[in-house]
Amino acid sequence: MSLVYAGVLSHAPGITGRADLAKNTVLRDEFYAALDQQRQEIEASGAEALIVVAAEHFANFFMNNMPAYCIGIGDRYEGPIEDPDWLKIAKTFVPGAGDLAARITREVMHTVDVAYAEEWKFDHGIMVPLNFLTPLYDLPIIPVNINCQGPPLTPLPRAWAFGEALRRACDSVPEKVAIVGTGGISHWPATPDSGKINEAWDRDFLDRLMRNDRAALMDYDDEKTYQEAGQGGFEIRTFITIAAAAGGLGELQLYTAELPIFAVGCTVAKFSLDSAS
Amino acid sequence: MSLYNTQKFLYELNRDEAAQARYRADLEALIGGFDLTDEESNALREGDIGLLYVLGVNGQILMHYAAFLGIEWFDYLDQMRAGIEKYGPVRAGVYAMTGGGESFTTEGKES
Repeated sequence: MSLVYAGVLSHAPGITGRADLAKNTVLRDEFYAALDQQRQEIEASGAEALIVVAAEHFANFFMNNMPAYCIGIGDRYEGPIEDPDWLKIAKTFVPGAGDLAARITREVMHTVDVAYAEEWKFDHGIMVPLNFLTPLYDLPIIPVNINCQGPPLTPLPRAWAFGEALRRACDSVPEKVAIVGTGGISHWPATPDSGKINEAWDRDFLDRLMRNDRAALMDYDDEKTYQEAGQGGFEIRTFITIAAAAGGLGELQLYTAELPIFAVGCTVAKFSLDSAS
Repeated sequence: MSLYNTQKFLYELNRDEAAQARYRADLEALIGGFDLTDEESNALREGDIGLLYVLGVNGQILMHYAAFLGIEWFDYLDQMRAGIEKYGPVRAGVYAMTGGGESFTTEGKES
């Protein structure tokens, strides 16, 4: 078994870019500490590469040719695309794991018609997680994208199947691989409603996620999610994919809706790696 | 199709430093490469965040564009609200304002 770690975390740009505007600095620092704990757990797992299942924000993919799923098979990436002073993350290069990613892609293709890309520019959706999980950018990254921004969007059962395919692919390679999913739960980012969070909706979703209850996780539809959790709620696909890849129960390490300047309910969690279904 | 072109202009600008250089050197030439309405061209020419928001530009694209323009966070939120007030509700897409314009952050400019 070569999948050695599975977890989820938030990625909103305010987490780094607006850190100095947070009123509740105690809670902010608890969130940062939970992210650092996640970094330590990934390091302790011995992971040789980190798959980041993200919901990118038009850094690479546009409505001229939008893949539902894409895996990066390059040897080097760059980011962030955003103004580094705005995101408060300096522009840098990040090592990829091209050969490993290509082998994983081949295996995934047995059940999911995934796209692949040798070029990939990271936006905040990947750079914010990396800022905390590999701050020295010394762990090879395999970026993965699920289109959560430009409808039509992939159905949730397909996101689950994609997670199962990633698990099978990770277990087929000799390298130790860690995987994280990064997204938001309910949130209305990049609108005047930024900071709006439906905490009850979030906690109900996280309960289903930590129980790794496939039936309960599939029991969402985008129209209702949009009404109750905003367009940012479409990003639950990344978390669902990780639950499917992990196969085991989750452990919620931190959730708070009390940092609205970050525009998302801040989340850190990990999963046990039961046998893939 | 025209909103598509407006978003594509911003998508390419946001991700491509060469496009950003062209933006600074000759904005008119850059705009001329896209099939846009006068309203859309003017919005891009003037960096009218409020109008672009109302036209339906995806919020993630608009947010990155506002950062490129150097607009501070709370000013960016206020410019979208002002756009609603001036031009009416968001006309397309999934980034409509749902909260009547109030602030959902407890933090503010004075924080």
